[in-house]
Amino acid sequence: MSNNGNGFEPRIVGFLCNWCTYAAADTAGVSRMKQAANVDIIRVMCSGRVDPTFILKAFVEGADGVIVSGCHPPGDCHYSTGNFKTFRRMPMVEALLEQYGIEKGRFHWGWISGAEAPMWAKLVNEFTEQVRGLGPLDWKRQLQSKEE
Amino acid sequence: MAENGKLKLGLYWAASCGGCEIAIVELREKILDLDAAADILFWPCAMDYKYKDVEAMPDGHIDVCLFNGAIRSSENEEMAHLLREKAKVLVAFGSCAHEGCIPGLGNMFDRQSIFNRVYLETPSTDNPDGIFPQTSYQMPEGEVHIPSFYNTVKTLAQVEDVDYFVPGCPPQAPQIWAVIEAILGGDLPPKGTVVGASPNKTVCDECKYDREEKRVAKFYRPHEIIPEDRCLFDQGIICAGPATRAGCGALCMEVDLPCRGCYGPAPNVVDQGAALLSAVASVVDADTEEEAARIVNEVVDPVGTFYRFGLPASMLHRRKLEEVE
Repeated sequence: MSNNGNGFEPRIVGFLCNWCTYAAADTAGVSRMKQAANVDIIRVMCSGRVDPTFILKAFVEGADGVIVSGCHPPGDCHYSTGNFKTFRRMPMVEALLEQYGIEKGRFHWGWISGAEAPMWAKLVNEFTEQVRGLGPLDWKRQLQSKEE
Repeated sequence: MAENGKLKLGLYWAASCGGCEIAIVELREKILDLDAAADILFWPCAMDYKYKDVEAMPDGHIDVCLFNGAIRSSENEEMAHLLREKAKVLVAFGSCAHEGCIPGLGNMFDRQSIFNRVYLETPSTDNPDGIFPQTSYQMPEGEVHIPSFYNTVKTLAQVEDVDYFVPGCPPQAPQIWAVIEAILGGDLPPKGTVVGASPNKTVCDECKYDREEKRVAKFYRPHEIIPEDRCLFDQGIICAGPATRAGCGALCMEVDLPCRGCYGPAPNVVDQGAALLSAVASVVDADTEEEAARIVNEVVDPVGTFYRFGLPASMLHRRKLEEVE
């Protein structure tokens, strides 16, 4: 998404697990649910596969917001406990991002099952508006800041 | 090499504590071998040289320059450019030049907030007129200049082309000697290599303790617990060993202190802090979201803990600036 001239269009990266949230996003698409076109989806086999490096890299490379979503714990995970890794890791990522000065509203992690397509569409719309309200993050500009 | 067959060596310190200079002196009697093999052309910490002496050298005059210290000010950056011109081989020596080290934690702040703290707020400061350092000042004798202080601490490689990296805070003496021997023997690896450290191991591989992958229900800071004689990580003390390159000999654990990560990211690790965060999260003993959140929220200062030596070299480099100039 680029700036369309009169407004800022947030660019959001979504890491979705193959078995639940990606299926929900797929269903939301084929059911023609109305959703903002701001989320670039990256399908991963499990939300537990999402290394914090991926999230940091997304922000450095220009994402204004990041979503990580997988199967509901405790029982939904295709690999039994992959989502346990997610909920042990993500609160720490949240704290890290906050310390870096990246607003809380730019990062969302949670659970959406394959049967919850409307929830995915709702999340996309609400999160896009939330990030739009926060404005561009533009992390590369931080790195190019002038020193005199 | 000089006509006398000796290596022409330069040593410089930018934003650093002086520990890297001590590490060289820690070569002990081998320093005599160093003296026999090399002429030291520039070493402001130990010998009397002026910057103009370096400026007067022809380009490429110095064979090897060991540059320690991060880039914190315009002076540091100027010297990085100058020494790059004058040295055939530029080595980022020590954690500060390699990845920013402790001075790099200044990247959690910016110039103005650091100035406010240092020149106004500290209890021992008496500055009723609120005077801050100026980069130029008019004296009766003429205008004087001092270097400007940067918003962001940078690594040497972020401002200049670097040939080799020697990690460590400070680099360990046997490793330094191995590097010097390699230079003297002309036995140099490909450009960009981290030398004086393991090419493929983490600190855990060198540690006297074996990790047993115990689950951890509570994290401790080193002063909060007297550890038992077993893996510190397993006891809930955050140890950077799993995410850190080997080469130091796992010295901190010899005295039951956790590794703090000064040898930089483990081989093939992109972001040391993210790797350590993952390692820590993987042992959290929680089977519910609430329990996990409670345990991980006990980790005080995640950036300072996970990126203690490498914030400027990490993916994000710094805390978000309120205003980007």
